[in-house]
Amino acid sequence: MTLGFTLAYLALIVLIPLTGLVLRSASLGFPGFWHVATDPRTVNALRISFGTSLIAAVINVIFGVIVAWVLVRYRFPGRRIVDAIVDLPFALPTAVAGIALTALYSRNGWIGRWLDLIGIKVAFTPIGITIALIFIGLPFVVRTVQPVMEEIRKEVEEAAATLGANRFQTITRVLLPGLQPAILTGFALAFARAVGEYGSVIFIAGNLPYVSEIAPLLIVIRLEEFDYAGATAIATIMLLISFFMLFVINLIQAWSRRRYGYGA
Amino acid sequence: MKHSRFSLTLAAVLLAATVAIQPMSAANADTTLLNVSYDPTRELYKDFNAAFAAKWKADTGETVTIQASHGGSGAQARSVIDGLDADVVTLALESDVNAIVKAKKINPDWIKKFPHNSAPYTSTIVFLVRKGNPKGIKDWGDLVKEGVEVITPNPKTSGGARWNYLAAWAWANAQYGGDEAKIKEYIGNLFQHVPVLDSGARGSTNTFAQRELGDVLLAWENEAYLASAEFGDDKFDIVVPPSSILAQPSVAVVDANVDAKGTRKVAEAYLGYLYSKEGQTIAAKHFYRPSEPELVPPELIKKLPELKLVTIDDPIFGGWAKAQPYHFGDGGTFDQIYKPKQ
Repeated sequence: MTLGFTLAYLALIVLIPLTGLVLRSASLGFPGFWHVATDPRTVNALRISFGTSLIAAVINVIFGVIVAWVLVRYRFPGRRIVDAIVDLPFALPTAVAGIALTALYSRNGWIGRWLDLIGIKVAFTPIGITIALIFIGLPFVVRTVQPVMEEIRKEVEEAAATLGANRFQTITRVLLPGLQPAILTGFALAFARAVGEYGSVIFIAGNLPYVSEIAPLLIVIRLEEFDYAGATAIATIMLLISFFMLFVINLIQAWSRRRYGYGA
Repeated sequence: MKHSRFSLTLAAVLLAATVAIQPMSAANADTTLLNVSYDPTRELYKDFNAAFAAKWKADTGETVTIQASHGGSGAQARSVIDGLDADVVTLALESDVNAIVKAKKINPDWIKKFPHNSAPYTSTIVFLVRKGNPKGIKDWGDLVKEGVEVITPNPKTSGGARWNYLAAWAWANAQYGGDEAKIKEYIGNLFQHVPVLDSGARGSTNTFAQRELGDVLLAWENEAYLASAEFGDDKFDIVVPPSSILAQPSVAVVDANVDAKGTRKVAEAYLGYLYSKEGQTIAAKHFYRPSEPELVPPELIKKLPELKLVTIDDPIFGGWAKAQPYHFGDGGTFDQIYKPKQ
């Protein structure tokens, strides 16, 4: 009963649209599909999309874990408000985020004007794309890691200390292995979300072909040419790459579960 | 339960989306017209819709509610192709209407249904520069001078940007006597001066006016006037180049939809009213060039100076059916600009 329901629901919400996507791109035939996949413009857009998403996800993992740790282990005034703020990127329309970030980081913006003085351009470059992706991805890491951290009792750290571990050893040998599956999940979510992001990036990216043109924009451009097959072909390629990366992340998780004996 | 917050947010978003879609389908009880238009016509159709509703009420006693939907011209055409129940479309490009014709929703002879090739108002492409024109930009050739930054949206995603592109092409064609290699070199050079390609005309206006990026914005004439009214006359000057392009936005009744809904009569009256004295005056007030200027008070026309205007049907372009794939199709002249040098 529950299995049937789950499968039917997944088919309706996820599988049918994705099948439609693949079928539509299949109308190109393999040579046409290959032409789109190896077009230097497509390859560049994919490199920019996946590259900036990867960097953003890595940065989010590092700082997201620190944010989660502070929220779990420290008590300070305004903690609950800060905790709620972490969710804002979930709720904020991405276009609003994009416009706000562009206003901040452009040459006349609050932050951008100082960076401009030392010759760093953020808005309308791939750095700008990365910053937008960090913004939208942060809550994915914090919210997956936080609950697992709450389960780790302080006594575990104290036990490690009494057994002679220094602070660094406690973190790397005791705390991180237990958190690793959650961190990986957070990384995967933030990364997957960033790859598909359009709304916020489009305002800060500059959208120059081969320089700051993301794959989702290329899809929109194809649609604008009424080239539905070409658009779905790029989407299918993105889907394949994302699926492969998520598959690898799952393998790592399975491996770590075997090694450490606990999982996400 | 680590995803519970996310699920909750998602549920809220879905709920909000459902609520937002509701009024569109529920409003069909009265006579309702849906005008699917492009981005910069928001203000124009707000005024025009109110005028038409009053006129229709006075003539027939019927109440008509007009809803207007605005967005990028191509995206709007796609919505209609994919099933948006538009009664009329008022789009930036003839080729966008032709895309709907291909989907068999508009009859192929639409362009002959209304006067002036179904273009009740036209516009052109002008330059918006910083106050006092510090870089001395007067003509298309000045755009590629050392140190000039040009702001234009992406011709792939913006109807207005295609007019910008073709206007520059027309100038270069006259300048280099039709030598295509030289025209392409100029166009390529021009886009080397473009630091950002926004996806739509409004986006570019914001980049130029609010981000203060660039020295010159290539813009619809009406958009340029609107921007200088919005942000203050003391910040920008409008420079009208000696030559530009005649941008003819197209209007059409969506035949398949009006026949299904029984709204053909009011839809045709609606578009026809654009050609009346009132319709033409409203268009001129919003800085569009009326197709029948003799109907409009002369002081409104005076603001829109005479210049040499090339049309899309000129032999250098050969109409939209030819120009669209040649310049903006996959691998067209615009794509060639950005091909990395091998």
